[in-house]
Amino acid sequence: MLNIGNKQKRVDGPQKVTGKATYAADIASPFYHAYVLQSTIACGSITAIDTSAAEAFEGVKGIFTHKNLPERLKNKVDYTDPLSPPGKPFRPFYNDKILYNGQPIALVVAQTFEQARYASKLIKVTYEEKKFKGSLSDNLKNASADRAPEPASNRGDFKKAFKNSDYTIIREYRQSRNYHNPMEPHATSVEYKSDGSLVVYDKIQGVASSLKYLNGVFGLGADRVQVKSDFVGGAFGSGLRPQYQLFMATLAALELKHNVQMVMTRAQMFSFGYRPEVIHTMKLGCSKDGILKALSHKTVGETSTFEDFNETIVDWSGLLYKCDNVNLEYELTPVQSYTPLDMRAPGGVSGVYALECAIDELAHEAGIDPLEFRRKNYVDYDQNEDKPFTSKELMACYARCEEVFGWKNRKDLSKTEPHLLKGYGMATGSWEALQQPASVSLSMNEEGTFTIKCATADIGTGTYTVMSQIAADKLGVSIEKIKFMLGDTAFPDSPIEGGSWTVSSVGSAVASVCEKFKYRIADIWKRNNPDYQAVAFEDISFQKGKLEYGSKTFAFTEIMQQASKEELSIAHSESPAAGQNTHSGYAHCCVMVEVTVDKDLGIIKVPRLVNVSAAGKIINPKTAENQLLGSMVWGLGMALREEGMVDTRYGRVMNANFAEYHIAVNADIHDIHTEFVEEKDDKVNPLGAKGVGELGIVGLAAAISNAIFDATGKRLRKLPMLLDDVLEA
Amino acid sequence: MRPFTYTQPETIEEALTASVTNTDSKYLGGGTNLVDLMKEDVERPSQIIEVADLDFNTITSNETGGITLGAMLSNSETANHPDIRKNYPLLSMAMLSAATAQIRNMATNGGNLLQRTRCPYFFEVSMPCNKREPGSGCGALEGANSKHAIFGWSESCVATHPSDMCVALAALEATVTLQKPGGTSRTIEFTDFHRLPGDQPEKDNTILPGEIITAIDLPNPKFQTNYHYLKIRERSSYAFALISVAAGLQISGGKITNIGLAMGGVAHKPWKLIKAEAFLTGKMPTKANFEQAAELALKGAKTLSENEYKVIMGIKAIVRALEQALAKTA
Repeated sequence: MLNIGNKQKRVDGPQKVTGKATYAADIASPFYHAYVLQSTIACGSITAIDTSAAEAFEGVKGIFTHKNLPERLKNKVDYTDPLSPPGKPFRPFYNDKILYNGQPIALVVAQTFEQARYASKLIKVTYEEKKFKGSLSDNLKNASADRAPEPASNRGDFKKAFKNSDYTIIREYRQSRNYHNPMEPHATSVEYKSDGSLVVYDKIQGVASSLKYLNGVFGLGADRVQVKSDFVGGAFGSGLRPQYQLFMATLAALELKHNVQMVMTRAQMFSFGYRPEVIHTMKLGCSKDGILKALSHKTVGETSTFEDFNETIVDWSGLLYKCDNVNLEYELTPVQSYTPLDMRAPGGVSGVYALECAIDELAHEAGIDPLEFRRKNYVDYDQNEDKPFTSKELMACYARCEEVFGWKNRKDLSKTEPHLLKGYGMATGSWEALQQPASVSLSMNEEGTFTIKCATADIGTGTYTVMSQIAADKLGVSIEKIKFMLGDTAFPDSPIEGGSWTVSSVGSAVASVCEKFKYRIADIWKRNNPDYQAVAFEDISFQKGKLEYGSKTFAFTEIMQQASKEELSIAHSESPAAGQNTHSGYAHCCVMVEVTVDKDLGIIKVPRLVNVSAAGKIINPKTAENQLLGSMVWGLGMALREEGMVDTRYGRVMNANFAEYHIAVNADIHDIHTEFVEEKDDKVNPLGAKGVGELGIVGLAAAISNAIFDATGKRLRKLPMLLDDVLEA
Repeated sequence: MRPFTYTQPETIEEALTASVTNTDSKYLGGGTNLVDLMKEDVERPSQIIEVADLDFNTITSNETGGITLGAMLSNSETANHPDIRKNYPLLSMAMLSAATAQIRNMATNGGNLLQRTRCPYFFEVSMPCNKREPGSGCGALEGANSKHAIFGWSESCVATHPSDMCVALAALEATVTLQKPGGTSRTIEFTDFHRLPGDQPEKDNTILPGEIITAIDLPNPKFQTNYHYLKIRERSSYAFALISVAAGLQISGGKITNIGLAMGGVAHKPWKLIKAEAFLTGKMPTKANFEQAAELALKGAKTLSENEYKVIMGIKAIVRALEQALAKTA
């Protein structure tokens, strides 16, 4: 093993830092530029739309509204994508109805972006406005379990167990809406070819999703459109579903028979999906000695009026601790906004936030150290699914985190400074370790360089690098000999890059296709070398681009000369490991934090964050650590900063920019430490690896909330926790 | 953005003439606020007059023993100037707490005084705002107003002035020099430069059409030892103040002989705490006195639906800023 387990630098790093990496908006063809005009009301209809002044403006090439949507887009057109939730997907320009404030109502296409943007302001829109019905809290009476998927089955007798518990808590926790803000805004560049076919460069976490959408809406099959996405500048779930710029740029390209590009502005990044606002009600009971006896978790979340977006939220409460009496409920309430969207660790972040705060509160009631309380209620069996885990080294995470952080003696470490209260908190985190079917192809050229293709994506996570590491090791060649290609509908099918399953799914497929290659080249070698026909495959090794048998070596390139090109082009489709069915796969972590709270001014700081994770085999500790650091920074932002402010009278997002929608800045981040414990797993997938893209954000907000309580004695029970919350609590 | 003409005059007279010729003009300094607002269609000038390179970019001693800050000098150069650091450290500290290093490198001193409010209703053209569109109503009065004013607001406008620099200038009792076409100029007290919204919130300040800020004058060096600028914000950098306090103390014989105290984030203009200053002058710098002064300063605050916290935060902030100022030793 040369590469797996090493801190391999990103193979695409030089491209990224020299500006050679082409993102969706970096395509150099001559484009018309598209700009979207958004509605300024949340509910009602458009009674008139006058585009004449905009049409007459210099450089304007075309304007699209519900008035001139091509007829063919109205008849039996399928607007769904592979991840559409139940309901009816949003159909741009379909009719005069306004479903949310900020809805795209016109598209202006012009020679330059500036012309398109200004011309959009010349469009006169008249509305018949209906009253906005408010946010989640205003619409709780419409909450319904029928709209939401059923959570994991209830078990035992919660009511009785709760009643018989020695310590009980009933608490409500609230989370605000969070908006997606990857560095790269959503963008689509469409090249219109002379034969009417399209090449679409889209910001997407899986090109197959864009293709499915384009086929459904515009009738463009794989023969007429190729979707590419070489680089994605962060997505975190915002690119799981095609966003409306794909529709816009494609519509304009087809109608104007010209290349068209649309890049969303930062403000427009607040005009589509978001992590939904949710309200949790937690009821927990335990015995005198801190054994969890009863647990009920009910969540009400917001969705749009047209789709029932759902997350797996409450199930986490049935999973993380041993408890025989569990009640789980999940309801959805429609609000007049765009449909929410998966965001890093969707559902897990929310459910575990409420659970881990409630566990901390119950441990406090019972007078038991929060870490000890968690150990007492440890579970090594998935009670929701009635299955064993593929592996679970959470106990080792607790032990290592306790040691690194200095949990036992934390109070001794506490130096009091004037005005500053210090506090310590912890939480457990977890995320699924799934494997999806994935296909790859491999070929070797005359120089012995391997090209491996798969339609997966690299959203900054390190897919290019990790797949190259796996292939290099499996083939016995140096990493420079591997060219991993992704993000193209011409490549073999891949699951969307999400769910932290890319290493598990695509990585396992890469490992297998390399294995196939070795068998193939061994066969060719034996075929052409009659002396070795009886050699067993197990007696051959593969190193440095050579087949080795005994003391003899044969370069791959030499063997290849005796084969046809087709023979060395190998395809492989990998199915999930059997363990994915028989066992439950999860990665786990323990997070501990130190906070300071200025008791007079309400300022909360986080000097120290420690995360110890168990995530199977870590293919690349460098990219894995990157992902944990990124998700922990975001977790801090979620806990203390981010809040989509919607005006409750107009339904407009009022802080749709980076100055007022506060993501964490460098100065907010101090000491962050991450570590992995060893976790052997021969069931989760052939690599024994679990994804870490989402794990680090789960539990972090709860740990901070718990630390604030430790410092101040105040339970804030909401996210984000702001200065005024501290002062007013 | 909207089409506009761009002119780069060589002299201040040319700039003033250009401005008088087209009353729909805006002077462009660093552009860190104006250009953003133009992109959002909030500011809609038909002419941009670039003034950043005009000859008002120096720091010089003035005849009263104080110092003159050129209006076109960048915030970074001003805050980091050795004379400012030595003689007016309160100003330096306030300026360096603002925005980001990148923005401070671009932003000019004159532009800092003229920056517009961060009220989200002012920024969002689809929303009512009397400041942006007189007569359209105030979206914040009964809307998202957690960061809005607690002093001096009117039914027409509850916005605050966002500057940090201006809070220090109010505490330091600076003056502003404005030049008119024809070479005449006038000098006004800093606290008279910005105004309260009343029923004309579209007017942020008392500058007259055609006038341009050429200089900001500071009196004799002040509060070189005991000073503090406390900025309370929702993140550690690149955020506007929920509340800020500029505090400068001169102590002699165990008593406060001179004091400068002003707050930001609480009103349509930098809010000089005149009553608290008067109360503390001649008194001992004790916590009890600071607390009394702070209570006095927040008396008469009128909160909105979401900003009640600003009263208690304001009191604590004043006390803290004074304590920090006191704790500094030469």
